[in-house]
Amino acid sequence: MRAVSNASGCTPGAFCFLRIALLALAVLLPVGCDRLPPPELVIHNGPEAETLDPQVLTGQPDGRIAASLFEGFTRFDPKTGKAVPGLASSWDISPDRLTYTFHLRPEARWSTGEPITADQFVWTWNRAVKPETGCDYSGFFYYVKGGRENVNATRSNTPPELGIHALDARTARVDLVNPTPFFLELCAMRVMCVAPPWAILKYGDQWLRAKPLPCSGAFQLLDWRPNDRVRLARNPFYWDAANVALDRVDILSGDAPNTALNLYLTGEVDYLTDRFLVPDSLVDVVAQRPDFHRFNYLGNYFIRFNTTRPPFTNALVRRAFSLAFDRVRIVERITRLGERPAVALTPPGTGGYTPPPGLGQEAVDAWAGDGDVEVRRAAMNAALDKSTAEARRLLAEAGFPGGAGFPVFSYMYNAGIRLHEEIAVEWQAMLRDRLGVRMELRPVEWKTYLSDMSKLNFDVIRGSWVGDYDDPTTFLDCFLSDSGNNRTGWKNMEYDRLLADAARTVDREERFAILRRAETILVRDEVPILPVYYYTGMMGFDDGQLSGIYATPTDEHPLWAIRVTGPRRHHRRTP
Amino acid sequence: VKYFLRRLLFFPPLALIVATLCFFLVHLAPGGPFDRERAPASPQVEAALKRKYHLDESTPRQYLRFLGLLWERGADGGLHRVEGGLIAGDFGVSLKYRNHTVTDMILQGLPVSMALGWLAFGFSIAIGAPLGFYTAVKRGRWQEWTGALAALVGICVPGFVLGPVLVLVAAIKLHWFPVGLWGSPMKAVLPTLALGAYFSGRVARLTREGAMQALQSDFLRTARAKGLGEATVLIRHALRPALMPVVSYAGPMLADLLTGSFVVENLFQLPGIGVSLVNSSLSRDYTMVVGLVLLYAVLLLALNLAVDVAYGVLDPRVRHE
Repeated sequence: MRAVSNASGCTPGAFCFLRIALLALAVLLPVGCDRLPPPELVIHNGPEAETLDPQVLTGQPDGRIAASLFEGFTRFDPKTGKAVPGLASSWDISPDRLTYTFHLRPEARWSTGEPITADQFVWTWNRAVKPETGCDYSGFFYYVKGGRENVNATRSNTPPELGIHALDARTARVDLVNPTPFFLELCAMRVMCVAPPWAILKYGDQWLRAKPLPCSGAFQLLDWRPNDRVRLARNPFYWDAANVALDRVDILSGDAPNTALNLYLTGEVDYLTDRFLVPDSLVDVVAQRPDFHRFNYLGNYFIRFNTTRPPFTNALVRRAFSLAFDRVRIVERITRLGERPAVALTPPGTGGYTPPPGLGQEAVDAWAGDGDVEVRRAAMNAALDKSTAEARRLLAEAGFPGGAGFPVFSYMYNAGIRLHEEIAVEWQAMLRDRLGVRMELRPVEWKTYLSDMSKLNFDVIRGSWVGDYDDPTTFLDCFLSDSGNNRTGWKNMEYDRLLADAARTVDREERFAILRRAETILVRDEVPILPVYYYTGMMGFDDGQLSGIYATPTDEHPLWAIRVTGPRRHHRRTP
Repeated sequence: VKYFLRRLLFFPPLALIVATLCFFLVHLAPGGPFDRERAPASPQVEAALKRKYHLDESTPRQYLRFLGLLWERGADGGLHRVEGGLIAGDFGVSLKYRNHTVTDMILQGLPVSMALGWLAFGFSIAIGAPLGFYTAVKRGRWQEWTGALAALVGICVPGFVLGPVLVLVAAIKLHWFPVGLWGSPMKAVLPTLALGAYFSGRVARLTREGAMQALQSDFLRTARAKGLGEATVLIRHALRPALMPVVSYAGPMLADLLTGSFVVENLFQLPGIGVSLVNSSLSRDYTMVVGLVLLYAVLLLALNLAVDVAYGVLDPRVRHE
C-alpha cells in the first residue's frame, strides 16, 4: 500500500508517531523561559563579550557591541572606514598638526538625557591612562601629550597632565606629541569613546550593569544575558537618531561555528559577522554562496622566531626559513578563502602604503598574475626553487650545509584549531623536503601558548595581528624594541630610530619611504618573523534583506548604518 | 531525622575540601586570567590589574581572601576582616567577564542548565524505566533483544554524535525543530533528546537488571501462588524492587544533568553553566572555576542524600538498618 502524506507533510506510521511524541514532549514539559519580543535584526557575534567597557575591552566581539553603545569625537564611515564627525561636529587642526580643537554637537546627549560635555571626555581619557583602570589599549594615548608618562606612571612618580583640556562645555583641545596622520581614526576607536563618569563612580567595575546604562552611541543596552545575547535598542537621544534604521537588535554569542552557520542557514540569524563563524572545513564551499561576502582587511598570519635562542639567533637561518617557505601552498590548500600570500608584515594598501619586497617575493609575484593557472604555477615553482637554492646557501653559510647538524626544534601553536594544525604540518614537510631540517610540532592549550609566548619560552611560534587603524604603524609598532607585542626578543636600534623619524615626519610620501626602510629591515634583513598570509574576512548576510554593510579595511561595520530592506528568509538553502 | 542532620553536618567540611583542592589546582595551571594575545600597554597596567584582583599576592593569602578569613590593618590601625569571601557567600567578580560577578553568571546560567537537566531526567526515566521493565518481562523473546539493543545504542552513541545527527535530520532537513538557542519549548526538544538518550539507556539497563532479580524472587512466586493476576504481580510487587538500582543511580545522574553538559550546551548554543565550567577553566577564570566546582559538589552531596532518603522510603529493610 502506498503511504499517503497527511496535511502536516509526514507519512503515517512510526515516523508520525515519533513526531507526535516529540511534540507532546515539547508542549507538556514546563520550560522556565521568558520570551523577549522579536528583534528586527539578529546578529551572530562569536564568543561572549568579556566586557563592554570601552576603555577596558580588547576582543573583537566586545568591540563590535561597544561600538554601537559608545561614541567618540569621530565615528567610522560605514563605506570607507575613515573617520567622519561623531559627537564632535567639527574640529580645527593647528598648522603644525599638533593641536586638535574639537567642537561637540550642542544636541549630543546620553541615552539617559544628560548632555555630553567636553569635561566628560577629559575625565574618560584620564581614566583610560590610569594603570589601575587596566586598559590594554592605553598605548593609543602615547600619541597624546603626557599619555606615555601617565600609562607608565608608578606609585612614586607624579606624571604630567594628560594633553586634553575642556575649553568650555562643548570644546575640547587635544595636544599631541607628534603630527599623527591617523589621529582622527584613533578618536573613533572604542578606547577614546566617552564613558559616563557618574555611573562609573557610582558602580565601579559593575557600571555596565547599571539600569538604565547611559550610552553615548547610536544604541542603548536593554538586556545582557551572558552566553546568550545582548539586546540593543535605538538611543532616542543620539544626535543622528533620525538616521538609525533599527529599533531593536539582538547580538548572539556562541563558540561553535557549526551552530552559528546552522542558525544562519535556518533563518534564526540574519548576519554572521566573522569568518570564524563558518567551520574551517566548509569555508570554500560557503564562500561560493551569493550571500557570503569576502573582503581583505588589515590582519596577517605569521610565525615568530625566538631570536634569543640558537640557532634562531642567527639572521641567516631566519632568512633561509623565510626564503624556503611556500606561501601559495598555504593559501591554496589550507585557508582557501582567496587570502593573499604575505612576504611583508603590513598588508599592501594599508592607509595607501606599499610594503617593501620581502623574501620570496618573486614566487608570490609569479603567482599573482592574471594569466593561465598552469603557466603561473610553473613560474611560481621556478621562482620558489631559486629562492630555496638561495635558502640552502644561507643555511650552509650559517654552518648547516644541507641541514646537517641543525638541532631539532619545536613549533608551538594553540591546539584545537584545524587551520593552525594544517599549516604546522605543511611547514614541517616544507622544512624537511627543502632544507633537510627536522621540526617537531608542539600544540599547546591557549593560555599556555600565551604565557610561553610572552616569556619567550619557545623556538618558533604561531603569530597573528589585526591592525587597529588604517596606517602601517599599527603593524610596524609591534616590533619596536620596547613593545610588549614584539615577543621575538628582537631589538634593533635602527628600526626603532626609523619609526621615531617617521612619527615626526608630516609629508606622507616621505613618511612612507622611512617606514618602508624600517620594514625592509624587518622582513628582508633581520627577519624576526616569517610572514605567511594576509587575512581575508567573510560576512554572511542576504543583500536582499540587509543593506549598509560594506567591506572596510579595519573590519568596521557600524550598526547605525545597517537597514532591513527585505523580508527575512527562512531556511536558506544548505550548502 | 537524626541521620539526615548528621549527614548534613558533613556538607560544609566536604565542600571546603573540594573548594580548597580546586582553588590550588587551578592556580597551579600555567598562564593566568590576564594573559592575552595583545600585550598590556605597559608593565604598570599589568601590575595594576593584578593588584586590583589580588593576583599579586601569595597563593595562600589569596586563598584566605577567597575564604573570607583575611584580616588586614585598616586606616584606624585596627584589624578588620576583608569583606566578602566564601563565608559571606561571595565568590567575587569573574576574572574573564569582569562586568559580572560569579554569582550573577551562575544565576543566569543555572536555571537553563537545570531546566534542561530536569527535562532530560524526566525523559530518561519515562523512556528508560518502562523499556527496561518490559524487556525483563519479555525475557528470551525478540522484544527483549530489540529493547536491549535500543538501550545499548543509547549508551554507546555519544552526545556529540547524536546531537549533530538530530540537528541534521530534525532541524535542517525536516524543519521540525530549531537548530539551537533557548527560549521556547520547541527549542528544548532536541537538546533534551541529545542529553537524555545516554541516561535513558542506562536507566533501561538498570531497571532490567533489577526487574530480572525481582522476577526470580521468592515473594513473587508466593504472590503468584496466592492467585494474584499477572498485572498485579508485576506492578505491585515487581516494579518497586526493580527500580531500586535506578534510584541509587538517579542521584549522580541528576547531579550530572542539572549542572549542564558542555557538549550539548555548546552544540545547541544554550546559555547554561556547562559551557561556563569548561571555558572558565580554559581561560583561568579562577573565581568562576571555584564557584562552579563548589556548586557542583554541593549539588552532588545534596542529591546523594536525597537518594539515601528515597531508598529508605522505597525499601523498608534500609530503614531498619
